[in-house]
Amino acid sequence: MTTGTKEAGTEPAVVPEDVEQDGGPGRGERFSALAQQHGALVTLVVAMVAASLSFDTFLTGDNLENMALSSAFLAVVALGMTFVIVTGGIDLSVGSLFALGGVLAAWGSQYGTVVALLLPLAVCGLIGVVNGLLIARSGLAPFIVTLAAMLGARGILLAVTDEGSRTYLVDKDSFFATLGQGSLLGIGVPIWITVVLFVLGAVVLRRTRFGQYVYAVGGNEDAAALMGAPVARTKIAVYALSGLCAGLAGALNAAWLVSGVTILGTGMELEAISAVVIGGTLLSGGFGFVSGALVGVLLLKVIQNVINQIGSLDSAYQQVVSGAFLAVVVVAQTWLGRRRRVL
Amino acid sequence: MLSVTGVSKLFPGVKALSGVDFTARAGEVHALVGENGAGKSTLIKVLTGVYQPDAGEIVHDGTPVRFTTPLQAQQAGISTIYQEVNLVPLMSVARNLLLGREPRNRLGLIDFRRMNRQAQEALHGLGIRVDVSRPLRELGVGAQQMVALARAVAIDARVVIMDEPTSSLEPREVRTLFDVIGMLRERGIAVVYVSHRMDELYEICDAVTVLRDGRVVHTGRLADLERLRLVSLMLGREIGEVRSEGLTKFSGSHRAAAEPVLQAEGLTIRHQLRDVSLTIRPGEVVGLGGLLGSGRSETAKAIAGALPTDAGRVSVGGVPVRAGSTPAAIRAGISLLPEDRKAEGISPGLSVRENIALAALPRLSRFGLVDNARVDRIVDTFVKRLRIKSAGPHQKVGELSGGNQQKVLLARWLALHPKVLLLDEPTRGIDVGAKAEVQALIDELADDGLAVLLISSDTEELIEGSDRIVVLKDGAVVDELTGDAVTEDALMRAIATEPSTSSTSSTSSTPSASPQSAESVGSTHD
Amino acid sequence: MTSLTLTRGQVDRERLLRLLQEYGVYAGVVVLLVFNFVFTSNFVSTENFRTQAVQVAPVLVVALGMALAIGTEGVDLAVGSVMALSTSLLSLYLGYGPWTATLMAVAGGIAVGLANGSLIAFLGVQPIVATLALMVAARGLALVLLPQLEDVRDPGMASLGSGDVLGVPYLVLIAAALALLVAFVVRRTTFGRQLLAIGDSRPAARLAGLPVRRVLVVVYACSGALAAIAGVLATARLTASDPTSLGTLMELSAITAVVVGGTPLSGGRIRIGGTVAGAVLIQLLTTTLIKHDLPPSWTQMAQAVVIVAAVYAARERGKR
Repeated sequence: MTTGTKEAGTEPAVVPEDVEQDGGPGRGERFSALAQQHGALVTLVVAMVAASLSFDTFLTGDNLENMALSSAFLAVVALGMTFVIVTGGIDLSVGSLFALGGVLAAWGSQYGTVVALLLPLAVCGLIGVVNGLLIARSGLAPFIVTLAAMLGARGILLAVTDEGSRTYLVDKDSFFATLGQGSLLGIGVPIWITVVLFVLGAVVLRRTRFGQYVYAVGGNEDAAALMGAPVARTKIAVYALSGLCAGLAGALNAAWLVSGVTILGTGMELEAISAVVIGGTLLSGGFGFVSGALVGVLLLKVIQNVINQIGSLDSAYQQVVSGAFLAVVVVAQTWLGRRRRVL
Repeated sequence: MLSVTGVSKLFPGVKALSGVDFTARAGEVHALVGENGAGKSTLIKVLTGVYQPDAGEIVHDGTPVRFTTPLQAQQAGISTIYQEVNLVPLMSVARNLLLGREPRNRLGLIDFRRMNRQAQEALHGLGIRVDVSRPLRELGVGAQQMVALARAVAIDARVVIMDEPTSSLEPREVRTLFDVIGMLRERGIAVVYVSHRMDELYEICDAVTVLRDGRVVHTGRLADLERLRLVSLMLGREIGEVRSEGLTKFSGSHRAAAEPVLQAEGLTIRHQLRDVSLTIRPGEVVGLGGLLGSGRSETAKAIAGALPTDAGRVSVGGVPVRAGSTPAAIRAGISLLPEDRKAEGISPGLSVRENIALAALPRLSRFGLVDNARVDRIVDTFVKRLRIKSAGPHQKVGELSGGNQQKVLLARWLALHPKVLLLDEPTRGIDVGAKAEVQALIDELADDGLAVLLISSDTEELIEGSDRIVVLKDGAVVDELTGDAVTEDALMRAIATEPSTSSTSSTSSTPSASPQSAESVGSTHD
Repeated sequence: MTSLTLTRGQVDRERLLRLLQEYGVYAGVVVLLVFNFVFTSNFVSTENFRTQAVQVAPVLVVALGMALAIGTEGVDLAVGSVMALSTSLLSLYLGYGPWTATLMAVAGGIAVGLANGSLIAFLGVQPIVATLALMVAARGLALVLLPQLEDVRDPGMASLGSGDVLGVPYLVLIAAALALLVAFVVRRTTFGRQLLAIGDSRPAARLAGLPVRRVLVVVYACSGALAAIAGVLATARLTASDPTSLGTLMELSAITAVVVGGTPLSGGRIRIGGTVAGAVLIQLLTTTLIKHDLPPSWTQMAQAVVIVAAVYAARERGKR
């Protein structure tokens, strides 16, 4: 999962001659760049080592499997969010879309697996496109558009569930249910799907022209436009992608729970944003990597797990910790960014 | 290669270009010069498809063309290198260089190894060696500009337009840039070079076109044009021309006190100012002369605490003023009328009344409550005294004419009873009548004992308005004109002086200073 | 700049949009009122008006703080969580009497606001990002302090929630007083004028020597304090502290009230009257839909449409 960082710095640096004046990056600069890219990973490893030393129950197969499963759905949402944040945007509608996707999938599962998957993807993708159109073509602020979409999607969800009173169930023996409940080589299917999606996501972001445009739009929108990048189309695409990811995560979650639970997803947008940012992606856009989102999600889930293990502590500490984490990371990013800004 | 004939461009109320002919030839470096508002940037924008001309035609490679977007112009082979580098700082050099044209493998994925190699080769071709896998922002500004240039060349640019490319470069970087320009010339690329630095123009340009007030006033080989002649063409003043008195509203000299009220010593900002010192006495109008980009506005801003300085002291009446703090400067009695009235001066959405009272609010309040009666009195006084024309004190300032906006700003500062007034282009973009009124007011204020610093691209205004002129060039004081020496001839001569043996490059090599200073400069640009 | 080349139709459209943005909210309130008078049974009753007003009070108080933040071209997403934090603190300190408890709740709100303001003013973090971080943290803190719903049995709080003066509920009186206070601050104090100047043009405000950072910090502290007061009011009305759900989506309601009320997201202008009307409008819209047996899902979708439309209208005007 280190696809993201391979390209930078592997080749032997050619000694800059001629036009190098500012002395290039100092040691401190290199360090801060490293901290930004791998800080979360180091923290994750430290947290896991500490947790397994402190609690016998941490490093057990069951516990790890549980953590991985509960990470999977959030991770898929965070994957889409990564693309949005790299363009310098934000998508607050993912929590609602996650819940909507789950309900639509559960409802659709009575008509077969294809419907159960395509329906949530179509609806959530469409909402994402609408978000993108309003943001890219009409120039409205992403946070307000997606905040409205969050409300609107919640409304649609209530409308299709008789105001939240109906819960659609998934037939436990259907193929769709195995997408959530089955396992392959002893590892749950959702985990496999998540891994595949992340590999795909990493390839798309790092190795395709579209991915380059995503970085360019987030790094300097005006310059990207002057260099011929299709700015509006790129933006629409990332919001559509985020919608698709949220819808798919919801569908998988429904398959796992074998029902379309209506009350899920509140606050999920914050968890996803926190995970992406903690993983090293800049909230101001232009810099980030898919693997960071995965590390961020795992870190959040490990913290949650540890807090649960302690038992005496309430799960609310999870939010305090991730909020504080988010604040610290954001401050560090702003600070590093300001130090490194060269005109 | 690329030529325009009879191009005109109208903006509401202004004719930015009228009947301009301009030709960039292959293998030629063509200087495009002119003072502020001469129409240079409008012409560049017409050439690159940002604006569409109202009249005239553009001929590229022998065929008439019409660009509706910058992208079209770019695809036709016309590239522009802007003052601020227009690339993506967080992406690697190679990715910037090849954005949208990345080499891909059979699966349609980007082949980074080939991409880096291609980028490396493209830069080597220009004699630049950098690690192309590093983020662009880690390079110096000069290197970044080279990457922009390499990108332009790589997309088969036939015409490269450079808008003040050297304004933030180190002398050594300038050398590399010039080498690259030489290389472009040999490859038969047409280069349009916009700069205010006389020495550079004479060093690398073959031809020159001088614009003034939206018209071409001269075009031809640069070598055939004397420096002094070039300056006089740009400023629109003839050498030795008999000065007609009374065109401006200035009365002449003022009686100034003996002791200076403002003392600025050794103001230095990396890339922008070098050791600028000046003093102003109460009742005196000191002009800051020099071409655009010579550091006039930066000097004013540094004195007013609006730009952080790397070195230097400012004191008012002998009391030192804390550097880099506008509130401190204002408390000390320094007021700045900024050059960019729309962006930095007025608060367009607020009313005339609020704009006038803005800076003086703390003085017009008691216990944090605004004393409306006092505000009304002050507003009333200044609206009358400066003859501000508006639909009423509650009209939004953004809706007023330029002249009235400027008067509102003046009122804002006068309400503070400043000791030193820094006026940066006080009459630019305002109509003739208002201009005369503002000029008369400046006179009046000096007579009242205010110390005034006047910056103006209007030479006539500068000469007639000032008692003394400090001439800046490339961020340093090169001359000071006093008494009878305050004439246009002397001013133009001072500006056009050939660099002495200890030329620009050696003096400006002082800032191999700490990198921190560069960053502090950088941050103020945001 | 292009105003000279606008065609007549464009000018008319422009003016219409402008009028809509300025007075649309009042028209909307009137239309909904008339509609309900005519078509809704049981609408015209003291009891109903009282319910409506009591429900709108906390939203309005939050919206007042939001208006200040938006006036500086910022936003405060942490308000909902601050309400939750406030209710937790209130519950926790109720043993020391309602006044002390309220004081602690408001202090908590101010602390969150100061944190927001410092991040924004001194570290240059974007307002959305800074307040988002505090939104997560404050909600968590609220839940740490008070893990689950707790009934509030304090007689003082109970009378605050249900008492009235001459038939006007305390809650409404307090909200109205705060609206007047904020309107006064915006119009008449140095702070208010400076706040608007900063929102209108930050470079100009800086060059005019205004204390930009201090004003920003105070703005977010005010927003925090008002959200905390709203938390106290809501707790009194519900006679329970529920840090899990109190204030969720409140930031959206508050932003909607402010924006629908004609305060542009681009800053420099604050319309308190419009904000009050905006809060009332949303409340009326919800009531209308509910009273006509339209489900809550409709309310949410309607609110989503209203907010996008309001922002869209503001955009047209801002682009001139």
